[in-house]
Amino acid sequence: MVQINENLCKNCGYCVKFCPKKILEIGTVRNRRGQFYPVMTDEEKCITCAICATMCPEGAIEVTEGGSKA
Amino acid sequence: MAEYKRSSMIAESPSGYCPGCLHALATRLVSDVLDELGQGDNSLNVISVGCSALNLLYWCGDNLSVAHGRAPAAATGIKRTNPERLVFAYQGDGDLAAIGLSEIMSAANRGENFTVIFANNQTYGMTGGQMAPTTLIGQKTTTTVYGRDPQTTGYPMKMCELISTLEAPVYVARFALNSPKGVRDAKAGIKKAFQAQLDGKGFTFVELLTNCPTNWHMTPLQTLDYMNTNTIPYFKPGVYKDKTE
Repeated sequence: MVQINENLCKNCGYCVKFCPKKILEIGTVRNRRGQFYPVMTDEEKCITCAICATMCPEGAIEVTEGGSKA
Repeated sequence: MAEYKRSSMIAESPSGYCPGCLHALATRLVSDVLDELGQGDNSLNVISVGCSALNLLYWCGDNLSVAHGRAPAAATGIKRTNPERLVFAYQGDGDLAAIGLSEIMSAANRGENFTVIFANNQTYGMTGGQMAPTTLIGQKTTTTVYGRDPQTTGYPMKMCELISTLEAPVYVARFALNSPKGVRDAKAGIKKAFQAQLDGKGFTFVELLTNCPTNWHMTPLQTLDYMNTNTIPYFKPGVYKDKTE
């Protein structure tokens, strides 16, 4: 399961670029700092590879096993 | 299947770095490695001057902020008086390759038993994007407005190659942080360097190629492509010296 801590996000877009399943996109809601942050479009397709978490400079994405379909 | 949990070594707040800065990723990698080694409470981060000084508000472990370029000298003293601690200097390229060149070469040559994490973004980020010793040929900065000209300013300095010619260092490696593979390699490299220090092997040096979206005047995603086409062909990633076995 991918959990995005939206208030740590600075909208660099690295997670969106490197997601192998292309299921992350920058959303339309702003966080506390006024930045748009990524949202998952299709959680069923997530393979919990944690590449989004690997590339996040801020450590805003945490990945745990289970939850979504793995 | 993979898991990732944010380290407790970094603050529960956004870092001071600009959006998309791979410096923040470098800091995060160090914190992750310390967590994996279980050395968080035993570590000491020697923070230099530059963007790396933003770690003062972000790093939750023990740290020491030292004069410009003198992190290896301070780390030498700390490590000699506290040999059981995991000591690492976290430096940028303006700090390490310009004003601190003498300190880093001397510490490496003495084979002091600590680790240097060197974040190379080819510019002076904190002071507004002036030319650094590592700035690429033709790269525009505020002090080389027509691009760096080797006739007047010389060539970009390759620190890994320089340090690997010395006898004493046991591990010298360079990694690029602009791809998931590079980040994973870098994490393994940092872990190897820290483990070598814990085993008392000697001086270890890890260079991380990073970006500077603000001073390169690019979006974060553009900097990743720029690194692929310009930075990585000149600063070639790889392990330059490994005597840890």
